[in-house]
Amino acid sequence: MTGRILGISGPTVSTDLKGLKLYERVYVGHSRLTGEVVRLSQDKAVIQVYEDTRGLSIGEPIKGLGLPLMVRLSSGLLAGMFDGLQRPLETMRNETGPFITSSREITAVDDKKKWRFHPLRKPGEDVGPGEDIGYLEEGSFRHYIMNRTSAPQKVSWLAEGDIYINDPLGGFENGGEISGHIEWPVRGALPFRKKHAPSLPLVTGQRSIDFLFPLAKGGTAILPGGFGTGKTILEQAVAKFADVDIVVYTGCGERGNEMAEIIDEFFRLKDPWRDQPLTDRTILVVNTSNMPVAAREASIYTAVTMAEYYRDMGYHVLFLADSLSRWAEALREISSSLEEMPGEEGYPTYLSSRLASFIERAGVVETLSGKIGSLSMILSVSPPGGDFTEPVTQACLRATGSFLMLDTSLAHRRHFPAINWSQSYSLYAKDVADHFEMQYSSDWTGLQQWCRELLQKEESLREVAEILGFEGLQDADRLLMRVAEMIRSDFLCQNSFTEDAFSAPEQTFKTIKSIKAFHDQADAMLRKGLALEEAFRRAHEAV
Amino acid sequence: MRLSEHIYRTASSLAGPLLFVRNVFAARIGEMVRIMPDDGGQIMGEILSIEGDRVLIEIYGESRGMDIQGTSVVFTDSLMQAPLSLDLVGRVFNGSGSPIDCLDMFIPEKKVPVTGAPINPAARARPEEPIETGFSAIDGLNTLVKGQKLPIFSSAGLPARELVAGILRNAGTRGASGGFVTVFAALGLTYHEYAFYRKVLDGMKTGFVAFVNMANEPVMERLLAPRFALSTAEFLAFDKGMDVLVIITDMTNYCDALREISTAREELPGRRGYPGYMYSDLASLYERAGRIRGLKGSVTMLPVLTMPEDDITHPIPDLTGYITEGQIVLSREMHQRALFPPIDVLPSLSRLMQKGIGERHTRGDHRAVANTLYTYYARGRDLRRLEAIVGREGMTKEDTQMLDFADAFEREFIHQGDARRMMGETLDIGIALAEKFRAGT
Repeated sequence: MTGRILGISGPTVSTDLKGLKLYERVYVGHSRLTGEVVRLSQDKAVIQVYEDTRGLSIGEPIKGLGLPLMVRLSSGLLAGMFDGLQRPLETMRNETGPFITSSREITAVDDKKKWRFHPLRKPGEDVGPGEDIGYLEEGSFRHYIMNRTSAPQKVSWLAEGDIYINDPLGGFENGGEISGHIEWPVRGALPFRKKHAPSLPLVTGQRSIDFLFPLAKGGTAILPGGFGTGKTILEQAVAKFADVDIVVYTGCGERGNEMAEIIDEFFRLKDPWRDQPLTDRTILVVNTSNMPVAAREASIYTAVTMAEYYRDMGYHVLFLADSLSRWAEALREISSSLEEMPGEEGYPTYLSSRLASFIERAGVVETLSGKIGSLSMILSVSPPGGDFTEPVTQACLRATGSFLMLDTSLAHRRHFPAINWSQSYSLYAKDVADHFEMQYSSDWTGLQQWCRELLQKEESLREVAEILGFEGLQDADRLLMRVAEMIRSDFLCQNSFTEDAFSAPEQTFKTIKSIKAFHDQADAMLRKGLALEEAFRRAHEAV
Repeated sequence: MRLSEHIYRTASSLAGPLLFVRNVFAARIGEMVRIMPDDGGQIMGEILSIEGDRVLIEIYGESRGMDIQGTSVVFTDSLMQAPLSLDLVGRVFNGSGSPIDCLDMFIPEKKVPVTGAPINPAARARPEEPIETGFSAIDGLNTLVKGQKLPIFSSAGLPARELVAGILRNAGTRGASGGFVTVFAALGLTYHEYAFYRKVLDGMKTGFVAFVNMANEPVMERLLAPRFALSTAEFLAFDKGMDVLVIITDMTNYCDALREISTAREELPGRRGYPGYMYSDLASLYERAGRIRGLKGSVTMLPVLTMPEDDITHPIPDLTGYITEGQIVLSREMHQRALFPPIDVLPSLSRLMQKGIGERHTRGDHRAVANTLYTYYARGRDLRRLEAIVGREGMTKEDTQMLDFADAFEREFIHQGDARRMMGETLDIGIALAEKFRAGT
């Protein structure tokens, strides 16, 4: 089925091709650019093109593929680096040089590589839908192969040993093939049995997050902040150190040099929870700001589908996106080229519902085979002018469970991570508190409360001190200010370029506990009537 | 590929820089057209969008005096291309790439589309070698690194021009094997500014390529000039192995031109009337900076912009800051105290500095010196506010010492007038300052 291009405007193309379905994938032009049908009417269809439309001419052919845009899910995704349409960037570099010029289709995974297959069933056994049949060795992970059909099947034969990804791993008695890979529509969520409420903590290794605003596995958080507040560095630090099995990092409309940095570092660094290079647990999806806008819009869906795929094997997966605002802007750009009615600040009115349904793909799930897997999300947001009242931040706030506000004034004082402690919140704090108390210390919540109150008091005292000077305060207040300063500089600040970049929860707890001990000591001395400096000195000796 | 050029005399409407042509049966997006008014002469244009047989063309030039009936349009079947050759070095061109230095056009070695192609993120090499600008505030505390894009945020009336001139004259790398060249793109320049830069360029004789678009020249060329400059830079860097520093001034004029064209196209305006795609458009320029694994050269970018109303949250500096790797912020207050360059190092930041300094690149003590200076100065500046409330008498000795440090730091480290400072010199001054005020305790 072939049609012709009728009109071209920015990333959208209209065609006279009949019989297309909404969101069907099409080839556009002689160079077969990838596109997706976004609007249908009686005599024409509008297509969103995922690549640069420059040089495209009217009259060029358009071909419908009869399928939506797909992601290929198989072993070999880990340690991979893909663009928004899941094309492997490293392979592209080897084949076409350092600049992205061609629009050739390249399969996501190298099909000349062999994988070791271990069957878990025997011929003749019944396998329910979603149940495991065997697994491939993917690095240190067991890459489970399951019954992807919707009915129970009887296994007729199974392969064993080293196998190419495109070869069958076995067969069912009904003649069906057990394949090592599946194709899944980018915009559709993978199925699971049911969802659970998040209850396990997601340890990030960042003291300010783990202690004050703990996240949960299966939970969602946003990191909004103006430029220079360290969003990317914080996201990268979490990507490196979070206690999850698999990390999917999406560089959505951000800097190319940052990606060079990530590749460099993830290759060198070790996963702190397992003894393996970080790359082995990471999937990178990269659509830098100068790559085509429409592919930027698709990139987060491509990435989250891969994340769900590993979740369904019973893994804890963390999805990071930097930055969601760039995704929203891509949506706006496409919406405006479709001449849709704009909502707030030109964003389409479906921005918040799209965002919410995307963010709902996170969660703790019971997979079809009864395993527990989770998909957590940490999304950075870049509000224009650092103004948090803008539509993207606001839409995210309603859909996510945790708000880690990055503060420009803290960043200017080189306080990193610049998480504002009075504005940020985490709705998971209560859900995961039990876990922290059981695993680390029963004081966890009490100490947290003490720390919060102290920081709050300091804020009001600081206003007084600005007028009266530090000397004008009472001794007890001066002590409080001094301790708050300690908390800020020794506890909340964390340099991600040093050893301190990762702090295990035990370490986090020990640090805050020793600060509390210092405070209590000094406070007791003050009560005994000692001078402030003397109390400090003695408390230091005691702790 | 068409076999011949097509000529149409079917222009249907003309509004500012936009021309509609009807009954066109073959046209491609981004195709170059030659527009020929009936009074002779010719102007270039580019196809923006196509709807059936109606084509929208953006005119790269002055459309005044043009009419609908007499104008013919030639479709060339090719994209806008930049001619490239080593002979570019030392030359001055206008915004559409024609020489304006009274010399002949060179013979191009090759031609590439001016829009360039994105660098594959997997092919990028990490920026980690410094470029010296000769200014302590940049070299010492906000080191510029090869492959980085570091904008200068200026305000109306601040000496960004003199700063740029200084960098043009002095910038260089240690041991640049393939040579160092500066590509200078001036957008919307007044004659006064042009005369100033021309003198600087004439003084340099070579080692530069300049693209100049004057304030009274077509707005479209303002969008084109930086693309010519960057195509040239990529050629010199990745084909010829040179380290290229691209200076673009003033990006505010660029963004205003973008807004003007967008409004003429009746697009939906975004914040302050700037188009919603300004982020992507700016990124298509800024992201062309970089290094490539396995290739020798580098493209480093130093765009200069004027913050309207000194407002750093204005869309132009804001979007720029989100794309670039840091920023150099000029301060009106320091300028009034006759400090030059008036760089406020506190809000300034070079994100890639950490990788570009230290033993292998600058000097082993660079990081320590920079951290100390920054910490002391930040403390001193904080205390200035306190001083304004309680007065100097009410402060401790340590505090007054930090105040003195902040003053001395601005006078001796930041301020340097027209002199060029080498990296070593910069660090030595820094160490001396830190020592002096540390020793006093």
